[in-house]
Amino acid sequence: MKHTISILVENHAGVLSRISGLFSRRGFNIDSLAVGVTDDPSVSRVTLVADGDDYMVEQLEKQLNKLVDVIKVRTIPQEELISRELLLAKINAPAEKRSEIMTIAEITGAKVVDITTSTITLEISDRTEKLANFEALIKPYGIKEMVRTGTIALQRGADAIKK
Amino acid sequence: MKAAQAMVKCLEQEGIKVVFGYPGAAICPFYDALSESGIRHILVRHEQNAGHAANGYARITNRPAVCIATSGPGATNLITAIATAYMDSVPMVVITGQVSSDQIGRDVFQEADITGAAEPFVKHSYLVKDASAIPRIFKEAFYLAGTGRKGPVLIDVPVDIQNVDIDFNYPKSIEMRAYKPSSKGNNLQVKRAAEAVALAKKPVICAGGGVFSADACNEVLELATKADIPVVTTMMGISCIPGSHPLNMGMIGMHGVKSANLAVNKCDLIVLIGARVGDRAVRSPSFLEENAKIIHIDIDPAEIGKNVKVDIPIVGDAKLILNQILEIIPKLEHREWINELLALKNAPAFEKRADGVVNPKLFVSKLAERMPDDTICVADVGQNQIWTCNFFCMRGGRFLTSGGMGTMGYSIPCAVGAKLASPETPVVAICGDGSFQMQMMELATICQHDIPLKIVIMANNRLGMVHELQKNLYKGNTTAVFLDGSPDFIKLAGAYGIECERVSSEDEIDGAIERLVSAKGPYLVECRVSPDEKTL
Ligand SMILES: Cc1ncc(C[n+]2csc(CCOP(=O)(O)OP(=O)(O)O)c2C)c(N)n1
Ligand SMILES: [Mg+2]
Repeated sequence: MKHTISILVENHAGVLSRISGLFSRRGFNIDSLAVGVTDDPSVSRVTLVADGDDYMVEQLEKQLNKLVDVIKVRTIPQEELISRELLLAKINAPAEKRSEIMTIAEITGAKVVDITTSTITLEISDRTEKLANFEALIKPYGIKEMVRTGTIALQRGADAIKK
Repeated sequence: MKAAQAMVKCLEQEGIKVVFGYPGAAICPFYDALSESGIRHILVRHEQNAGHAANGYARITNRPAVCIATSGPGATNLITAIATAYMDSVPMVVITGQVSSDQIGRDVFQEADITGAAEPFVKHSYLVKDASAIPRIFKEAFYLAGTGRKGPVLIDVPVDIQNVDIDFNYPKSIEMRAYKPSSKGNNLQVKRAAEAVALAKKPVICAGGGVFSADACNEVLELATKADIPVVTTMMGISCIPGSHPLNMGMIGMHGVKSANLAVNKCDLIVLIGARVGDRAVRSPSFLEENAKIIHIDIDPAEIGKNVKVDIPIVGDAKLILNQILEIIPKLEHREWINELLALKNAPAFEKRADGVVNPKLFVSKLAERMPDDTICVADVGQNQIWTCNFFCMRGGRFLTSGGMGTMGYSIPCAVGAKLASPETPVVAICGDGSFQMQMMELATICQHDIPLKIVIMANNRLGMVHELQKNLYKGNTTAVFLDGSPDFIKLAGAYGIECERVSSEDEIDGAIERLVSAKGPYLVECRVSPDEKTL
């Protein structure tokens, strides 16, 4: 099962290597990891998606909590998850295919961020499953390059993860 | 003042009296300042042993001890010692010199990314980039190393940073929002535990190394006596209550004794105290889960449920938790259960050995009898370690060994640290002929600093434990375990001016032990042991 875990960390040098080192060392399988600073510049927030059973998540949380720079760890319950991932894709788009691709973009909610005589670059932000669907739709045109950020997430409702 | 002087001042503020180390260019500013302080520096003969000595010092004082190395090879030589301390949760502050901060990352002479390399083995580490942060970093490092689940903390200080002028103000308090070690146990859990213990018919206490970290030996004994519960220990828990105590059933595990292992297999409730249910201690955690109620007391929440599913977890300081339990638990009696176990704990009968060798179990057993009650006994790794664990009956004092890592070469440097931490206490190190040769350079340290250690080498001319393993599991294909080419240990000790003798028959044991025990200075005994002597 997939688990989405939010981690607040001190914005110190070396934090990320400590966190990622822990994963490989303890044999955790990580699907994605995204890091960025929060509204408080001294705190960064890591969102990580991991695959495993309940034992694995419990251990992962506990081991993360042991790191001195980790302020707070919380696994977001699946039913309260708001998650997004950003994807950029450069697609082969000769003149005769352009309007088809534009239609796909419109329906999926992707934005055109660059266009050349032979390519279109689209940007889309959505849940991971939706992005898989998007990828399947654009694949037939030929994806020249694609990049994804990894999932970021918040929990529904007024409650917040505090420092 | 110079940052290097500030570093020394920090150590003084932390009450550090002795440090262990080995200098080099990148740590010279610090050494320069150290020489002008009242702190005693013990020059070891290999950085690894500075780490082990600090380990021994820390385990006896139960406070962070300090070791020092230079950049590059000095720092990497420390890694095994750092890992050894980490696995046994020993508090240490490790100070390394680093190349000049403007050179970092360019692979300059003697540059090694030691914070990176030691990352899996430290509780925390610092690479100092701003000299003015030194007082705060040292304050935090000592706090981190010595609180919660204790462990090594590394401070890597570039040589140019050591030379910067800073204002020295040692912080009074710590501000670390992300680090909050737990202390008292949850009252409800404590109550549940006490109730479960009161209901049990065949309870057992399993004490691990955490009992020492929490300074909870007395509380363990109190609980055992008040509730009349037999005690078994892990290797790390040996000597938390005397081996001679009628409730002590001995060491559990792969190399443990019958009375202890049976206690664990037949109990209906087990109270794990500062014991992490390591694979060498409990081979089948699932069997335990099915047959007994499990109470687990540990300061580290991550240990709860890691190796065994627990019925009643209590996170916190074992001393406080045991006192909480003691307050509410009634006096209990489990005579029948205890007698069942005591029947298995009969006095050992030592088989006679042919001339030329002695029975090592008999030797350590006699040595234990003759050493004073408060003796610190350090066992190395291998067969010699297991013989010592099971036959050196501790009547008080302290037993030390490298439990988690099983690091050969631990005993003598650890004993050096232990002796300096408690100069009035007799300290004996027992090692094998293989492990002795991993640490024999430290004989010079002992001589240089007048450290009157007692050393026993169990000489079987083999890497005995591996030799035995190969005989049993590799169809007798014994390979790479023969120690031919070893020096004459008696001549070697003689070369250092250390008094010594060889014991190769049983009638020599008593005299040798007498001289070993009464020697004023260091004394070494080489015990000839059969290469086919069994571990158990
Ligand atoms: C540094 C290190 N290297 C290798 C080992 C693996 N090992 C475990 S016991 C042992 C044999 C130890 O030989 P010796 O010190 O002579 O003790 P004996 O078993 O003969 O009493 C070895 C090689 C280890 N524990 N530590
Ligand atoms: Mg040997």
